[in-house]
Amino acid sequence: MTDVTQEERTQSLPAPDDAREWLQTMMLIRRFEERAGEMYAKAKVGGFLHLAIGEEATIVGACRAMRDDDYLISTYRSHGHALARGTDPKPVMAELFGRESGVSKGRGGSMHMFNPDRRFMGGYGIVGGNLPLAAGMALASDYQGLDEVTVCVFGDGAANQGTFGETLNLAALWKLPVVFMVTNNQFGMGTALERHTAQTDLHRRGEGYGVPGMACDGMDVVDTHAVMTEAISRAREDHQPVLVEAITYRFRGHSMADPEEYRSKEQVEEWRKRDPIANFAERLELDEGEMKRLDEDAVKRVDEAVAFADKAEFPPPESLYDHVYVLGDQVKGWYSVDERSAGVHRGEHERRLAEAERGPTEHYHQAVEAATREDVGEKKPTDEAQAEDDEAEHGEDD
Amino acid sequence: MAVMRYREALNQALREEMQRDERVFLMGEDIGVFNGAFKVTAGLLEEFGEKRVRDTPISENTIVGMGVGAAMTGLRPVVELMTINFSLLAMDQIVNHMATIHYMFGGQVKVPMVVRMPQGAGHQLGPTHSHCLEALYLHVPGMLLAAPATAADAKGLLKAAIRDDNPVVFIEHEYLYGQRGEVPDEDDHTVDFGQAAIRREGEDVTIVGISRMALTAEKAADVLANEHEIEAEVIDPRTLRPLDLDTILDSVRKTNRCVIVEEGWPHGGVGANLAALVQEQAFDHLDAPVARVTGADLPMPYSKPLEQIAYPHEPQVVEAVIATFRDL
Repeated sequence: MTDVTQEERTQSLPAPDDAREWLQTMMLIRRFEERAGEMYAKAKVGGFLHLAIGEEATIVGACRAMRDDDYLISTYRSHGHALARGTDPKPVMAELFGRESGVSKGRGGSMHMFNPDRRFMGGYGIVGGNLPLAAGMALASDYQGLDEVTVCVFGDGAANQGTFGETLNLAALWKLPVVFMVTNNQFGMGTALERHTAQTDLHRRGEGYGVPGMACDGMDVVDTHAVMTEAISRAREDHQPVLVEAITYRFRGHSMADPEEYRSKEQVEEWRKRDPIANFAERLELDEGEMKRLDEDAVKRVDEAVAFADKAEFPPPESLYDHVYVLGDQVKGWYSVDERSAGVHRGEHERRLAEAERGPTEHYHQAVEAATREDVGEKKPTDEAQAEDDEAEHGEDD
Repeated sequence: MAVMRYREALNQALREEMQRDERVFLMGEDIGVFNGAFKVTAGLLEEFGEKRVRDTPISENTIVGMGVGAAMTGLRPVVELMTINFSLLAMDQIVNHMATIHYMFGGQVKVPMVVRMPQGAGHQLGPTHSHCLEALYLHVPGMLLAAPATAADAKGLLKAAIRDDNPVVFIEHEYLYGQRGEVPDEDDHTVDFGQAAIRREGEDVTIVGISRMALTAEKAADVLANEHEIEAEVIDPRTLRPLDLDTILDSVRKTNRCVIVEEGWPHGGVGANLAALVQEQAFDHLDAPVARVTGADLPMPYSKPLEQIAYPHEPQVVEAVIATFRDL
């Protein structure tokens, strides 16, 4: 790869059908994220919401360089990865809405998308927490004699966690087929790259661990795809980890609760000129009608996802303790230690009876009502502290 | 019955499970060439090779996290952490990942793995190598917690832990490694989680002993019988999650007194939790407040005389039991 310039890489467009599909997927992610933001403002989506608008090329470029049996693992900014791996937008949106038909049955939320059938092994909320997991997945492939590769996506902020050094060392030592893909979007939350990292060429930070590094233009899906293809092939063929830095930018705040006081409007505008979708579309020389048709298709799929999510059921109250344990002969139910109610419960069956008898508290019904009524108000917190204050002032039925 | 040391029983459990299931493999610091800091894994590298007995760098958080990733994708890792104090470096992977992933993804993926770690005072290892922290792990839902006190339980529970589809924190004890005990000869000796052992039957008081303190409680019971005409029933819960609360409650309903003995710290301890459960579920049966005997509320001192008074021995247990018979 070293003897090929970026210019040469980006000149070779993929086959027309592939190119179209890449564009379509990036547009789907963009429209999905925009609607997710709107749904957050309408209080249909709770918690934190981290949007990947601006980073679509890193997602699609990476996913399209992978085989179906390769593993992908990402961060709390993971809606796009779920979609790009082929997850139906409906259960992804339903997860944001906290519904039982969400990809994680409403237990995970925005930060914890999951689709084991497509080998998307999840979004993780602890910065740097997913690197060891990725190495473990690569170890399992290697152990079983399978030639699968694991792609591990994390941000520039995660490169300062201890797990970065620990995992790169171990993956290099054990020659594990894993591609560490750092999406350098220039900020760890509100702290700029040069304020949190001394060596800002992040792809060079693997050298000391014996992990070769490569960089790509994360605003260019073709370049990202080319570099990730090369990295994945090296991981697969040569049995070694590779570190890829995708240089990118998020157009929105870190999360919805971000006043963006740490960067200038000019900087954002400058990066917006490199919009991965607009630029790729331009190079494909699609006419306006064609673009409109593709966009309408994306909007339609997202509309359907919102309609689906809005109608989907919340997890029933008696399912509160489902999935804490794998139940079996040794573990008959979480209630083996019950500190919530007066009775002693000896198993899952008895717990359900007790739960059914008591019924859920008012808070369950209030939350369902608030999320499903038609005239939901606008909630636009300016930052996370403000969001907390709003919640405290308006109470739970807000 | 074969008589063997606790560490040998653990070694047998690992060997048998590795022979039984190719997906079972070991990772840890100095478990291979060095044969393990406490020799639990002695000989296993020779028998199973480097693929299945993996010496790791000193990177606790990542070792556990790699176990989680491997468990999610088809293997059954057994991770050894050199002491429970070192496991604190892996707290993120244990709590935020290992215990949480099954729930967080709606039950669609399992994390069948075991993290083994020894705890305990008595070898003058000072303030960073001697603690008993089972209460920290008891606090966390989503994983099982075992703390065997005998060689037979060490073997049987470890085999059961490796076969379980839940993540397991498996707490061994440095003092117990060298202790001998009878282990059933049967080919496949396992002990189910959630089954307390009644180590000694008695009518007058229930003593619950955690980890090594189950043995201390037994010794105290002998003193109580010989010198004070008090017949104590000694219960070893063996696993804290799931907890066999029924056996403890049945005993308390019979004896009407309960003393809980643990080596860990008192505040937010295992005994605090058990005392709450016992008074909630058997209040009317109690003739005295539930008593606790715990480790001292401080970092473990190095100096031998100080260390000896910083964790419970039989006299403290005897004293606590007798106190439950005082007129209130």
